[in-house]
Amino acid sequence: MKIKNPIFTTEDLCAYYGDFMAIKHVTVKIPEKQVTAVMGPSGCGKTTFIRCLNRLHELTPGARITGKIFLRDQDILQMDPIIVRRKVGMVFQRPNPFPTMTIYENVLAGYKLLGIRLPKKEADRIVEEALKKAALWDEVKDVLHRRGTFLSGGQQQRLCIARALAVKPEVLLMDEPTSALDPKATLQIENLIVELKQTVTIIIVTHNMPQAGRISDYTAFFYLGELIEFGPTAEVFTNPKDPRTEEYLTGKFS
Amino acid sequence: MFEPKNLYRQIKYDLLFRKLATSMGALVIFLVVATFFTLVYESWPAIKAFGLRFLWNTTWDPVSLEFGALPFLVGTLITSFLALLIATPFALAGAIFLGELAPPKIANPVSFVMELLAGIPSVIYGLWALFYLVPLVRAFELKIGAPPYGLGLFTASLVLAIMILPYALSVARDVIKLVPQDLKEAAYGLGATRWETIRHIVLPYARSGILAGIVLALGRALGETMAVTMVIGNRSAMPQSIWDLANTMASVIANEFTEATEDVHLAALVEIGLLLFVITVVVNLVARIFIVKTKVR
Repeated sequence: MKIKNPIFTTEDLCAYYGDFMAIKHVTVKIPEKQVTAVMGPSGCGKTTFIRCLNRLHELTPGARITGKIFLRDQDILQMDPIIVRRKVGMVFQRPNPFPTMTIYENVLAGYKLLGIRLPKKEADRIVEEALKKAALWDEVKDVLHRRGTFLSGGQQQRLCIARALAVKPEVLLMDEPTSALDPKATLQIENLIVELKQTVTIIIVTHNMPQAGRISDYTAFFYLGELIEFGPTAEVFTNPKDPRTEEYLTGKFS
Repeated sequence: MFEPKNLYRQIKYDLLFRKLATSMGALVIFLVVATFFTLVYESWPAIKAFGLRFLWNTTWDPVSLEFGALPFLVGTLITSFLALLIATPFALAGAIFLGELAPPKIANPVSFVMELLAGIPSVIYGLWALFYLVPLVRAFELKIGAPPYGLGLFTASLVLAIMILPYALSVARDVIKLVPQDLKEAAYGLGATRWETIRHIVLPYARSGILAGIVLALGRALGETMAVTMVIGNRSAMPQSIWDLANTMASVIANEFTEATEDVHLAALVEIGLLLFVITVVVNLVARIFIVKTKVR
């Protein structure tokens, strides 16, 4: 399978927690401006894999990475992790807006944290744009200067998406972003993901097979730290090449 | 239905236990109220003799039996707040180091030693200060042209700062440790450095807890007696500068209690105790309110 213009290329990527090898020799090309679903049973290394892509993995004490990860043609393991994380944003499993900040400040947190002071006009524009992209603007435009913690779980998660989008990343990593949300909020986030791929590459870890089927263009299937299968979602779902993928998809294990 | 044989007895015990716990809780309140009234009762001769003037009279003269508490009030407030001023930056930096930066291999033994520091009896701090800190301060005073007593408000503040540091530090460290990991990861995920994450995420989140630790330390400083008495110089007059010999409310009580032969002298000392009690309660109350107001919900 040929991937033209991959945004991420990993070569023999291995990730460790101490002596434990959580990701084993993964070589893959991830296409740009598509939604790639990362699937697999619990503990297979899906989350570890995407945490390598913005170098959050190495924040865990004792964790390390070997191999190569290219963002376009730059080896991110040679780059400053701060710069990598500006280009590769992340949305976490549980909504985690900053409780000490208002909604407005949360969206701008990426700037504030780095000590960038924006002129009021531009800040307003960025906030509005990011919240609109995250399909949250209409719901919060009158309460921008209140703390974000009174929002519903789904709204909080979209606020986190807006916060990640506000710094204009090239890639958005999502670690089971809907697993803590109700079905309605989940649907909203799914629709949002499909819209967002116009502008940003999305790599989403998900447990939810129908979800992967609905929103992803490509699927990567991990098992025990290995990348078992990677390809267009329609192909992986209807005609898996590896028996383990098929067993997982048909619910033989999870 | 299964019914244990002594079910009724157990229910009775449960009620008994409840009553016991409630009465212990009530006892605490009773003790505070009783302390207050005992202090009022014992200081009544002085309250009657000096009235409110006691609060701003600067003369304290056991010979002519004229008593005013202002010098000690000032002494206590200056030493306590100066100690807080000195200790807070160290407490904050140490708490950030132990709570956020240091690997457990280093943080655990350092924390242990720090907690030992809190357990040292204050008379030992006093001795150490007398033999070590006083000569240092005297040399410093000579250099800047202040009266070279060595003893005085400044030295007392230094000792106090060292003594309260472990309290402020350990509370601050604990609340910094309680900051949720996912908030920190969100910050790192946005490209923040460690310092930026600490400054904009960790500290604001832990702010009310850190303040609580500082208030706890202030409470300690206000009432600390022994070490302060040993190095403050015990002069019962209005201090003119932080290099002056002085007395705090606690130190004057400790110093003169055994020598107070006149009833009104004794009552005046107890009244100082009453004042100290009230100040401590007010400081704690104000701090409580402040902490609740700044708490992250």
